[in-house]
Amino acid sequence: MNSLVITKNYDAPPFCEKEVLRYSGCKEADENIIELLRVCKIEAWEKLSYKVCYVELEVATDGETCDFGILKIKSRDLSKNLCGCERAILFSATVGIEIDRLIAKYGRISPTKALMFQAIGAERIEALCDSFCEDIEKEKNIFLRPRFSPGYGDLNILVQKDISAVLNFSKKIGVTLNDSLLLSPSKSVTAFVGIVEGKDPAPKSKCETCEKKDCMFKEVQK
Amino acid sequence: MNFRDFLKENMVYLDGGMGTLLQGFGLTPGEFPERWNISHPEIITKIHKDYFDAGSNVVSTNTFGANCLKFSEQELEEIIKAAVENAKRARDESSSKKEKFVALDIGPTGKLLKPFGDLDFENAVEVFAKTVWLGAKYGVDLILIETMNDSYETKAALLAAKENSGLPVLVSNAYGEDKKLMTGASPSAMVALLEGMGADAIGANCSLGPAQLREVVYELLDKASVPVLVKPNAGLPKVVDGKTVFDVDASEFAQEVTEFIRQGVHVVGGCCGTTPAYISELVKSSEGISPKPISCKKTTVVSSYTHAVEFGKSPILIGERINPTGKKRLKQALIEQDMEYILTEGINQQEKGVHILDVNVGLPEINEKEMLESAVCELQAVINLPLQIDTADFEAMESALRLYNGKALINSVNGKKESMEKVFPLVKKYGGVVVALTLDENGIPNTAKGRFQIAEKILETAKKFGIDKKNIIFDTLAMTISADNFAARETLGALKMIKEQLGCHTSLGVSNVSFGLPNRDAVNSTFFALALENGLSAAIMNPHSADMMKTYYSYRALSGFDENCADYIGVAETFAQVSVAAATDEKKKSGIGEVATLAQAIEKGFKEKAGEITAELLENTLPLEIVQNEIIPALNKVGEGFENKKVYLPQLLMSAEAAKGAFEKIKDFMKGTSEKSVSKGTIIIATVKGDIHDIGKNIVKLLLENYGFDVIDMGKDVPPENIVEKVIEKECSLVGLSALMTTTVPAMEETIRQLKKVAPWCKTVVGGAVLTKDYAEKIGADKYAKDAMETVRYAEEVFA
Repeated sequence: MNSLVITKNYDAPPFCEKEVLRYSGCKEADENIIELLRVCKIEAWEKLSYKVCYVELEVATDGETCDFGILKIKSRDLSKNLCGCERAILFSATVGIEIDRLIAKYGRISPTKALMFQAIGAERIEALCDSFCEDIEKEKNIFLRPRFSPGYGDLNILVQKDISAVLNFSKKIGVTLNDSLLLSPSKSVTAFVGIVEGKDPAPKSKCETCEKKDCMFKEVQK
Repeated sequence: MNFRDFLKENMVYLDGGMGTLLQGFGLTPGEFPERWNISHPEIITKIHKDYFDAGSNVVSTNTFGANCLKFSEQELEEIIKAAVENAKRARDESSSKKEKFVALDIGPTGKLLKPFGDLDFENAVEVFAKTVWLGAKYGVDLILIETMNDSYETKAALLAAKENSGLPVLVSNAYGEDKKLMTGASPSAMVALLEGMGADAIGANCSLGPAQLREVVYELLDKASVPVLVKPNAGLPKVVDGKTVFDVDASEFAQEVTEFIRQGVHVVGGCCGTTPAYISELVKSSEGISPKPISCKKTTVVSSYTHAVEFGKSPILIGERINPTGKKRLKQALIEQDMEYILTEGINQQEKGVHILDVNVGLPEINEKEMLESAVCELQAVINLPLQIDTADFEAMESALRLYNGKALINSVNGKKESMEKVFPLVKKYGGVVVALTLDENGIPNTAKGRFQIAEKILETAKKFGIDKKNIIFDTLAMTISADNFAARETLGALKMIKEQLGCHTSLGVSNVSFGLPNRDAVNSTFFALALENGLSAAIMNPHSADMMKTYYSYRALSGFDENCADYIGVAETFAQVSVAAATDEKKKSGIGEVATLAQAIEKGFKEKAGEITAELLENTLPLEIVQNEIIPALNKVGEGFENKKVYLPQLLMSAEAAKGAFEKIKDFMKGTSEKSVSKGTIIIATVKGDIHDIGKNIVKLLLENYGFDVIDMGKDVPPENIVEKVIEKECSLVGLSALMTTTVPAMEETIRQLKKVAPWCKTVVGGAVLTKDYAEKIGADKYAKDAMETVRYAEEVFA
């Protein structure tokens, strides 16, 4: 099996204002908040870049461990997520460092704007992950399970170190890991996605697998 | 022959890909290729030998990621020793008749530097220094720093190479499709930075194929006065029938890169996906082409982490507002270490259109070196303008130049022997354009001719230190005409002589000319126009002065710098109303017409309106009454709305910012009176060690300040000991700690543990995404606050 890491650049994925408001903790927005959001979006827009690197891996799960050949991970929740999949995608995505600069700049002079840039960054990186997964589904004619990242369920965040080594994401897309296992740029993601051949799996909600019930950001199922 | 001599006269062929070849030999993703120097020396040696045989003059050791962050010091030494031996063995075994050299290969650390990552600049220098030192110890001929995607890390690596060896250093960056580095630098900015620091060649490698690198290469050739290096990928990787294939073959690669050679590139090779066959093709296809002579560019350039600014075209504006001379509010900010105020001054000047920011933080009451370091780091984190490091303290100057992410403008050197002996070595080592004041041990000559003679002396001395005249700009010293009626005439005369006879650029602190006169802007702007007409290249000025900006835009339009007068037309409308510059977008906001009281302005979150109403109220109301009758009730109303989930976070923050706007006016007002503001107590807040998220902490700070607390914000990634030290120093009764990740909560726990031990009187309140009430109790915190309002309520309890 070829375990080549591929890098892709994307154009800006579709923007969802409602998601930004959700991430900013705003359930009802008046005109002034919407206007603020738009001003911030304009300032951020040209500064964002959309990069992904990924590798396709074979996977065997036994309910306790996921064996990717070059990487073995002990996690029941990831095992459950990938159950029935023979292959999976491991990817890292980022919208770049400039959104961090904006958050830092306004964090010092206008926390309201910093909050908006934070929310825009969160929406952008999620939108990028969605676009990437849709793109891969089309390209490979497959279906993908919901994304599963280090820190979800019992998947230890230490796994970031192994992911960093496998994807070499610092060289590929400029994502780095700090000593506390945080990704920089901050609006970056790493995740496993199970591949399902043939039929469409259940609809994907990002919050579906999370057991935290009192989260202010939890997506309400329609 | 040594490499530097060889580089002067010859085309230099580097090697091609290593990592992609090792994958072919079975290296798996996640495995460190550097260990193969020891485990598979025969494979590494063979690859090197194949490159030498293919015609490479230089092979790079298999040490791309060999640094002490990845390997123990012992293993690092073993790896580098083995890597150099492998390359040297290959050189000995190769049958090639060409000159052959071994380069120590240095790639990025894989970590991002502060403030957006957690690697300190000086630590990065140390990491690279260890690798450089070992490479030099085991006898490499040169150093190749490559694939760097961050200008700041590149600077750290080059500095380490220069400080720990006398070897030639080639520096190559990885540009993206947007022709910039990941952290924003253009090729021109990198040329300014690297050439200033003395790189032997500058270039581009990796990430793209030759065709996509073309514009980057041409920009490098256009700007650089040193050899340009190119090492493209073999295009982009694809998987075909389960095999990795790069989409540019050896012949196409050779043709593209040969064209670069024709255009003037001197050092060529390949990166990912290229093999000895690519180098062999390239050597054949470029045979007989002699290297194009390198033209020495005479441009005077400074740079930031994104772009270069060139002198001598349109006039350059240097914003003078970050300089405490005559500015009470800035003095106060410096003493209080109020970095927000300094950043705001920088951002406001950028919005007014200045090209460079002057940074002068010298005050007798403060440690200038520390303050300048901190100001430079904070400003360059969020403002992409080049900085003018403005200090008379040579130690502060050196540390600021070291930390500066670009090629700085340095203010200043002068004709005194001591000044030149201190400043010129710094310019030589760190790069930079230095402003030279035309004065010396005998003071400032009264005549233009006297100042011109000092300029000549400065140029001569600079030459002895190896500093080109393009890196010196002269300030002929604007003196006030209120003391000497002919002062301006002599300054302008000297300016003209220097421009015409020495061919150097000039700069002036324009505003000095009117010192002691009323309505200074009128004199300043006229003097500015006269100076521009006499050849002034740059002015240190106040961009908030409407008269100065009018002169600037008019001059550009009159002198042909403003195509179709577009810039002039763009700003002309605002000239009429510059005095009400605050007439911003807020006036258009929904509901602003209905706001009549300060309390309403705060509730609705109109910051400017809140400031305006406060200023009006202060004319006949006591500050304390405004706070008690307007601000506090409004904040309480919004705060309660938030607690009852009727007001959401962005609205709470907008109100808090509006209240802050009101408090700023009150603060300004009280500076002029003997009244002291009343503080409810001092609270220290910090994001704990290892954590770099600070939005939550900043929100807490804003609200606490609004409710009348003094907040000492220690920033993010703060070690426990520093927090404890500060608590003891300030005898503080409450500390707020923030942590966002499960991995950083232990640092919070440790901070609380240390605090309980040595400062048992101090309460702790904690918050952050992963924390819960139970968790907070478990780690010994006195209080878990679920949001900023709860922190305020707790602080009120503690200080009740």
